[in-house]
Amino acid sequence: MKVALFIPCYIDQFYPQVAIACLELLERLGIDVSYPLGQTCCGQPMANSGFEHLADGCNTLFVKNFIGFDYIVAPSGSCVLHIKEHLKNDSQLDLVKHIKATTYELTSFLVDILKVEHLTSSFPYRVGMHQSCHGQRGLKLSQMSELNAPEFSKPGKLLSLVKDIELVELDRKDECCGFGGTFCVAEEAVSVKMGKDRINDHTKQDVEYITGVDMSCLMHLEGILNRQNSSISVKHIAEILNGVKA
Amino acid sequence: MKTLNHAQNAANFNKDEKRVDWHDETLWWIRQKRDKSAFQIPEWESLRDAASAIKANTLSNLHQYLIEFEKNALANGVKIHWARDAKEHNDIVYGLLKEKGIDKMVKSKSMLTEECHLNEYLERKGIEVIDSDLGERIVQLAKEPPSHIVLPCIHKKKEEIGELFHEHLGTPAGNADPQVLTEAARIHLRETFLTRKAALTGVNFAVAETGEIVICTNEGNADMGAHLADLHIACMGIEKLVPSRAHLAVFLRLLARSATGQPITTYSSHFAKPRAGKELHIVLVDNGRTRQLGRAEFRNSLKCIRCGACMNTCPVYRRSGGHSYHNAIAGPIGAILAPNLAMKEYADLPFASTLCGSCSNVCPVKIDIHDQLYKWRQVLVKEGHTTTAKQLAMQTMATTLSSPTLFKIAGKTARVTLKYAPFMVNNKFNAWYLQRDMPKVPKSSFSEWYQTNRKQNEQ
Repeated sequence: MKVALFIPCYIDQFYPQVAIACLELLERLGIDVSYPLGQTCCGQPMANSGFEHLADGCNTLFVKNFIGFDYIVAPSGSCVLHIKEHLKNDSQLDLVKHIKATTYELTSFLVDILKVEHLTSSFPYRVGMHQSCHGQRGLKLSQMSELNAPEFSKPGKLLSLVKDIELVELDRKDECCGFGGTFCVAEEAVSVKMGKDRINDHTKQDVEYITGVDMSCLMHLEGILNRQNSSISVKHIAEILNGVKA
Repeated sequence: MKTLNHAQNAANFNKDEKRVDWHDETLWWIRQKRDKSAFQIPEWESLRDAASAIKANTLSNLHQYLIEFEKNALANGVKIHWARDAKEHNDIVYGLLKEKGIDKMVKSKSMLTEECHLNEYLERKGIEVIDSDLGERIVQLAKEPPSHIVLPCIHKKKEEIGELFHEHLGTPAGNADPQVLTEAARIHLRETFLTRKAALTGVNFAVAETGEIVICTNEGNADMGAHLADLHIACMGIEKLVPSRAHLAVFLRLLARSATGQPITTYSSHFAKPRAGKELHIVLVDNGRTRQLGRAEFRNSLKCIRCGACMNTCPVYRRSGGHSYHNAIAGPIGAILAPNLAMKEYADLPFASTLCGSCSNVCPVKIDIHDQLYKWRQVLVKEGHTTTAKQLAMQTMATTLSSPTLFKIAGKTARVTLKYAPFMVNNKFNAWYLQRDMPKVPKSSFSEWYQTNRKQNEQ
């Protein structure tokens, strides 16, 4: 199985440890992983701002970089959702179709494709799981609180395999953190208020770490936590699953 | 005066954080009531599917259902009027009142008349309009528009209502007891009901098969108004139709549960024909609806039954307040309906969302609200409703991200700047930095790390 690692642009630049954890975890599970070096960004920042028509360059580049793999795996729900819903290239329809069908967010790849049942990592802390909307509601990584349907959670299942971790229940288990791409600066007041409210929910549960499948949400929450001099840290789920020391 | 955009209004609303907390918690409580009530119905999700499919059929065959409805209503002795737009609608209502020499009218909540700005129009013509829903009456006394389609005065605390009532209805100063205030409103409105010769109501559903209209209320004020007046004018958007009574049942089960968590509204009143000696007029209004019907990507928005569930669940609405949307209909559904009415004026609304998708999940008729928000963004930008600054920023970003070399240079520059010249970024011109720290700068990017640590294995 040949797997390409798709690393979101902001993770590449600001959170390399998340990409490293994702790579090491997949390698440890015996996967042949490689990282196409010419990749940049999925194009979502333009598209979500209404400039989908400016994303052609990103689309072309994405297809060029990710040809010839069985799966494409990324430590992000949001970027994967964007590829699955909005990747376009009219001259390479079959390739685009293949890429869309084989691009996976990390936890769904581990649960649905690799069917991981055991992990060797340990994380002896109180942890709150932030459900990133695009992963949860977009990729259906977990059941959504609005629906009258049975509970499930792919990231939750994986975290339960980690030794000594203490996962907390939140009052609002899947409320948005307010990051929202350019929303976080265009609607700064509401964005920050949403982030503060999410953090309060975790704080009430005395968590030591907030984790999630999307570093973008965690980056936004981290920015607020650090401004508040909070003792809570954020940790991407790939780092916990890979057994990175806190 | 220039209307402030959503972000500016929301920033103002957020100056009082305690109030934002209160507003958020009040609406979240209603969302929880909705969940509790919806989850008691095992077939809830199939009901939503059914409702969505019925509305899809209705919209696809709207012309037939409208003709059928008109035929049956006329046979019932109802007078039917067709209004192309808000102006025609307002003229029709005024014409009816003028013809009967009526200068005072009681109204029961109708979002359509808010959309058409009927109150202001009639006031200019010298007609007094009294809104008879408690919440509507409160915002009317405060000279404000409703901030929510089901809970029009949800932004007002009971103490503020106490003050308003003290000023307008003579309740004791400082009394904010809901029972006292409701009693005062009741007495005040009772007098209104008894003396008005005309009553205007909205319409929740119109049944093509029978030519009847259905009005759902909790206060019974629509019934009181309509039954006591000689002239009942019911105004409805043309998308309010359902094919038959059997279909109506699906919607009645969904509406109140989605709106407030009640199994059903206190009153679901069917008006089929005028009483002896009285008149019932129904005004069917287009006002942009056929235009929206013609937009393949947005036509589903016309399935809306105005339950307000998308507002209650919207994390942005709860923290920005209904007035921040500067439109008769606020929240996610307002943000996909408004640009159809006036693109330039409402170009900000589809951006007032994180695209979290909760709205689409609670919607009883399964409108793909968050996907439509995304699609409106594309349309608005293409139509030129964006700023030059944003356009330039996006063009630069697109160019940078389309080139691995430029991307690496830009990334490196950003990291070096943050590390050695943080003042370039950490200042008040950076909206991120106002209330959030910037990320810490790593030693290297992942791609740099990868080239050092893995690349040799590959070739």
